[in-house]
Amino acid sequence: MCIKVILSHCLKFRKSVVLEMQDPKSGVKSQPQRLVITAIPHAVTGEDIVNWLSERLLVDTEEARSVGSMLAALGYIYPLQQHKRLVIRADASLYRFQTPYFWPTQQWPVEDTDYAIYLAKRNIRKKGILELHEQEQYNHLHKWMNHKWDFIVMQAKEQYRAAKERKKPDRVVFECQERAYWVVHRPPPGTVSAMDFGLERRADPNANQVQGEETGKLAHSSFLIPLSRNFSRCSLFSVVSLVKYSSTYQSHDPFLSRPLPSNPWHTDDATYWTLNSHNVETPTKQRVERWTFSFAELLSDPRGRDDFRLFLKKEFSGENLAFWESCEDLKWGTAATMKEKAEQIYKTFLARGAPRWINIDGKTMEITIKSLKHPHRYVLDAAQTHIYMLMKKDSYGRYLKSPVFKETQKKAIAPEEHNDSQLEQNARTRRPSLSPIVLRQLEAERRAKMAAAAPVDITQVMSKLSRKPQ
Amino acid sequence: MRSPLIPEMATQEVQLNETLAHLKSESESLKSKLEEERAKLHDVELHQVAEKVEGLGQFVMKTRRTLKGHGNKVLCMDWCKDKRRIVSSSQDGKVIVWDAFTTNKEHAVTMPCTWVMACAYAPSGCAVACGGLDNKCSVYPLSLDKNENLAAKKKSVAMHTNYLSACSFTNSDMQILTSSGDGTCALWDVESGQLLQSFHGHAADVLCLDLAPSETGNTFVSGGCDKKANVWDMRSGQCIQSFETHESDINSVRYYPSGDAFASGSDDATCRLYDLRADREVAIYSKESIIFGVSSVDFSLSGRLLFGGYNDYTINVWDVLKGTRVSILFGHENRVSTLRVSPDGTAFSTGSWDHTLRIWA
Repeated sequence: MCIKVILSHCLKFRKSVVLEMQDPKSGVKSQPQRLVITAIPHAVTGEDIVNWLSERLLVDTEEARSVGSMLAALGYIYPLQQHKRLVIRADASLYRFQTPYFWPTQQWPVEDTDYAIYLAKRNIRKKGILELHEQEQYNHLHKWMNHKWDFIVMQAKEQYRAAKERKKPDRVVFECQERAYWVVHRPPPGTVSAMDFGLERRADPNANQVQGEETGKLAHSSFLIPLSRNFSRCSLFSVVSLVKYSSTYQSHDPFLSRPLPSNPWHTDDATYWTLNSHNVETPTKQRVERWTFSFAELLSDPRGRDDFRLFLKKEFSGENLAFWESCEDLKWGTAATMKEKAEQIYKTFLARGAPRWINIDGKTMEITIKSLKHPHRYVLDAAQTHIYMLMKKDSYGRYLKSPVFKETQKKAIAPEEHNDSQLEQNARTRRPSLSPIVLRQLEAERRAKMAAAAPVDITQVMSKLSRKPQ
Repeated sequence: MRSPLIPEMATQEVQLNETLAHLKSESESLKSKLEEERAKLHDVELHQVAEKVEGLGQFVMKTRRTLKGHGNKVLCMDWCKDKRRIVSSSQDGKVIVWDAFTTNKEHAVTMPCTWVMACAYAPSGCAVACGGLDNKCSVYPLSLDKNENLAAKKKSVAMHTNYLSACSFTNSDMQILTSSGDGTCALWDVESGQLLQSFHGHAADVLCLDLAPSETGNTFVSGGCDKKANVWDMRSGQCIQSFETHESDINSVRYYPSGDAFASGSDDATCRLYDLRADREVAIYSKESIIFGVSSVDFSLSGRLLFGGYNDYTINVWDVLKGTRVSILFGHENRVSTLRVSPDGTAFSTGSWDHTLRIWA
């Protein structure tokens, strides 16, 4: 992200709040403080900064302190003691507001040349005053800026001389300001810097870009699409449905109501996960309740789908769900086997006399069969949607009233809430769970066993016979 | 013999500039027409509709686990469907798979590049995908054999012309959706590495994407440096909806659990909620004391809470319906770069530039 971007947004806030803080009447109260032997004017305590921010922004002290520290990290406020740590301590520690000249928003680039001059200047003032990391930087800059070094030393001497002509208090203040500026822009090792922007992003949206014709056309066309659609005049209805969804699921949201028996992350007890695993024999009451919220909920829960499959089998309409699942497999499967899958689906579900023929309307059937001549992964979309809607509007309703569902509902368990006394012991006995890799192997083995032990499916045999050359 | 050509080229250049200028002005007029049409509709804000909804109580959310092991900034993470394992990637090229519940590291991969900005867990739990400055997205099948070098079986799937910013598996291990700094998103077949569909329309880096929850699941949303959030049809590659109300880069987009809306987090320090059927922004989540950008957002299971990870090291929790902030969480010592709620909503995880991941509940 560009430096310009990170600093330009919220510029108004920082400028206005930081300026407000310095207002002599309504800002943070300041007074001259004695630092070593010189008096520093306009120093403020951390505690006052935190309290002022807390009142102004209507937040508690911890957040106010965090905001204050961010302002310090960016260089708007600097500490007088412990100058390398750019955080606000909510006590009698002293801080000053940085002069606007040194604000990061001034947008002049922070040059290594300036840093070299600064370090050289300090060296002139007193040899051996540079800290270890500064000394290292100085040596490094001296090496690769060698060709400019005369200029740098000259500038350093000039600035040093000019500084000496100032009055002592002004000089001390300026030295503090300058030092603070460099702590922000050349942070000591091991500290977190607010100037760390991460990777540069390719495009800066704030720059006036000369768009190529192509991007111009693209931007142009992106507006045409929404205008040509029919706007929903039921935007109120849509917003209301968001509220309704939240209310429906509120009692199932672990952040809003306690999961039973307990949230594993709170109590270190993984029973909640064991009770709700994919292939559990008896689901929990909460889980079963979710299946009644929508057809999509029922299908997306593997245990729910199994229950639904059982119901459909009893109604002899299992082919609908099987077809839908095959379509999903086609859509999300590998490109390599796609054609084969499409053919297989056609033979099993759509062809005349197919063993698991599904009932879709004539028009959809026509479109589907036509597109199957040039199959692609979305070729069965129309048919899939038709069957989905059929199940949703017809089978789903009957399922919820069926003995299969009622039986499941009756058997569903309501686990008792864990009490908190076990916590410490639980933390010591945290167990790892089976890796998904192992689970997948076990599942594959289970399926293989079932397939081997299953009675011969007469429809499969018939279809095989019908495919044999006569 | 160059002189006769120059006037011609000059005329061509003038024509080109004119076309551009014309397109630009037409673009602007269409934009204002669109805003007019949108404004005509019943301009209801979410918090107005939610006035009668009961307020939320006090929250006690704290760090339940801290995962230490990365040697540099954590950039991205994703949950496994088993609700306890996670994969995380960092600036130094390391990708680690953890059992967050026990805090054990289970697998580790070293990528050949730094700044691994994207990682994703496969739905089966048996593979992970990751990429970053190498401009690619690679899939690593996981193995139980501790001695096996995972990099040996790696599959290079996606190839972009700039950094990979985000990746996500679709409903199976066989397809991956990616977004890139080259301004495009793309859908790939994992087995063959074939490009199945590409999505053009962003005018700058695309930074994030999210797949729509399953019922009619053929769309996804992406957000970019052009301040736009675009909704795409996976089948045709067309952009079917576009939203531009943010004032800066959109770092994160996430669908509301019903799939009828999505939230976005941006460098302009706000999160916004866009309703897809109403086709407009219906809520803004911002506060005067929040001045740093949002890096990552996600919803709680019911969609009532929106968690945002911010660049000022904090996490803000918003009441989605009422638009108010319900909680602020401290703990990380540097930017929060990634945030995801677990698949069953029992916790959320954050990754930060302070090299750690935290699980909050």
